[in-house]
Amino acid sequence: MVDAAVAYYRIAGLWVRASMVYPVSFWMMAVGSFLMTGLDFVGIWILFGNVDDLGGFSLAEIGFLYGATGLGIAFADLFVGRVERIGQMIRFGRLDTMMTKPVPLIVQVCADEFALRRFARVFQATIIFIWAATYVDWTLPRSLVAVEMVISGSLIFFCLFVSLACIQFWTADSSEAANAFTYGGNTLTQFPMTVFPSEVVKALTFVVPIAFVNWYPALYILGREDPLGLPSALQFASPVAAAVMLALTALVWRTGVRHYRSTGS
Amino acid sequence: MLFAAVATRSFRRYSTYVGATLAGIFTNSVFGAIMCFVYIEVWSANPDAGGYDVTDALTYVWLGQAMIMTVAVWGGGSPDDLAARIKTGDVVIDFYRPVGILGWYLAADLGRAAYHLLTRGLAPTLVGGLFFDLRYPADPLTWVLFAIAVPLAVVVSFALRMLAALTAFWLLDDVGPRTLLGFVALFFSGLTVPLVLLPGLLRDVALALPWATFLQVPADIWLGKTTGIEVLGAYAFILAWAVVLLAGCAFVLRRAERRVVVQGG
Repeated sequence: MVDAAVAYYRIAGLWVRASMVYPVSFWMMAVGSFLMTGLDFVGIWILFGNVDDLGGFSLAEIGFLYGATGLGIAFADLFVGRVERIGQMIRFGRLDTMMTKPVPLIVQVCADEFALRRFARVFQATIIFIWAATYVDWTLPRSLVAVEMVISGSLIFFCLFVSLACIQFWTADSSEAANAFTYGGNTLTQFPMTVFPSEVVKALTFVVPIAFVNWYPALYILGREDPLGLPSALQFASPVAAAVMLALTALVWRTGVRHYRSTGS
Repeated sequence: MLFAAVATRSFRRYSTYVGATLAGIFTNSVFGAIMCFVYIEVWSANPDAGGYDVTDALTYVWLGQAMIMTVAVWGGGSPDDLAARIKTGDVVIDFYRPVGILGWYLAADLGRAAYHLLTRGLAPTLVGGLFFDLRYPADPLTWVLFAIAVPLAVVVSFALRMLAALTAFWLLDDVGPRTLLGFVALFFSGLTVPLVLLPGLLRDVALALPWATFLQVPADIWLGKTTGIEVLGAYAFILAWAVVLLAGCAFVLRRAERRVVVQGG
């Protein structure tokens, strides 16, 4: 585990130095990414110029949901976002090279072309999260749930990125379908679940547990009743959802790698 | 004739990636559905926000999903190919072809846009129409007027993407300008929120910028907000931007030509 982290750090460092060869592009991309990811919130804010609340939630409460899911996907994207490119690595035969090296494959894939500019997204989500957090009535249990929420949220997005990228072991050019779950999941959880039909919310709880990224813990932190009347235990269940996802993702990844037969030539 | 040949080949080039197209259609449909639920909530709280009713708003969502790839709001298309060729130096070959670079790449981009309109434009709209109540123009003339506005919008978008790509002659790496352009386009095209929802002055400014042609102007034709003689005004608006921006491209290209140094011989 420590070896893997050190290897990740070294490969990532290499790519960071490489990206600094074009400093103008690096900074423009970092600023662009910061602005681009913040645009969703500007959109929500503009919607609030036309309505007083959205699904019974105020702008600050939605900001909290937004910041929480934003942090989750931002951390996952920063560390493992490159796994989306696995199809390209397969096509170019680079995955084969990686398999011959004495570093875990997942580490090499995720650290490949590590982009420090993705930190812009973490920064952006942090700003909204901190702003929204000033409206929360904090207690010790609530802060603990908040920490657990961000960690679980990151892990859930991490699992979505990795497990869905595994589809590319079978079909190399369908990577975009994964976006519906990763970035789609992020967009969806920027809004209170009251906006969506209850069937959708249940599917996001029990089938693809995206609602655990922020919705259930946030209900507890914001002191809100569950509008669907689901058991309040769910509000503390995010780590369980993350653990189940991790186990499934490990299984999918191993199956994918074992199935992998290279592209031949 | 030559340009038609370039366009058809570009169309066929994109049509080889069936898996990617299907994945993209799926993703567009998911995002469209998420935004529909949000807009249903917004318009039930404020039934005539921005002068739209809920049906207009939902239709706008799907028109937006249809335009993302067609107009290439995020960037991409043939200017990206050119940027790569500038970086590698292959652009020299483009310069000594007996055809203008602008015309060649514009034809390629129109071919791409036609493919994306028929697949990633049409399919999500059909999906949206199945699940949500949308507005379709009753008058056949409106369909024609809309169909004319779309390729014109592609030309405006092409010219903007081209300007970003041409910066590679000076920066060598066009990713930065491309990211910033994508950001501006994402907001000012009306993809983040319909431009009609923007407050006062910002709305007036946004409606005068070239990005308004990407989605808001064609959508208003489709929705019957722009009718009769106003349509000619809308066309004039798109055409004016197309001419100005293409002239800008031609000017920058001439400057760039003087910068190119062919090594060896």
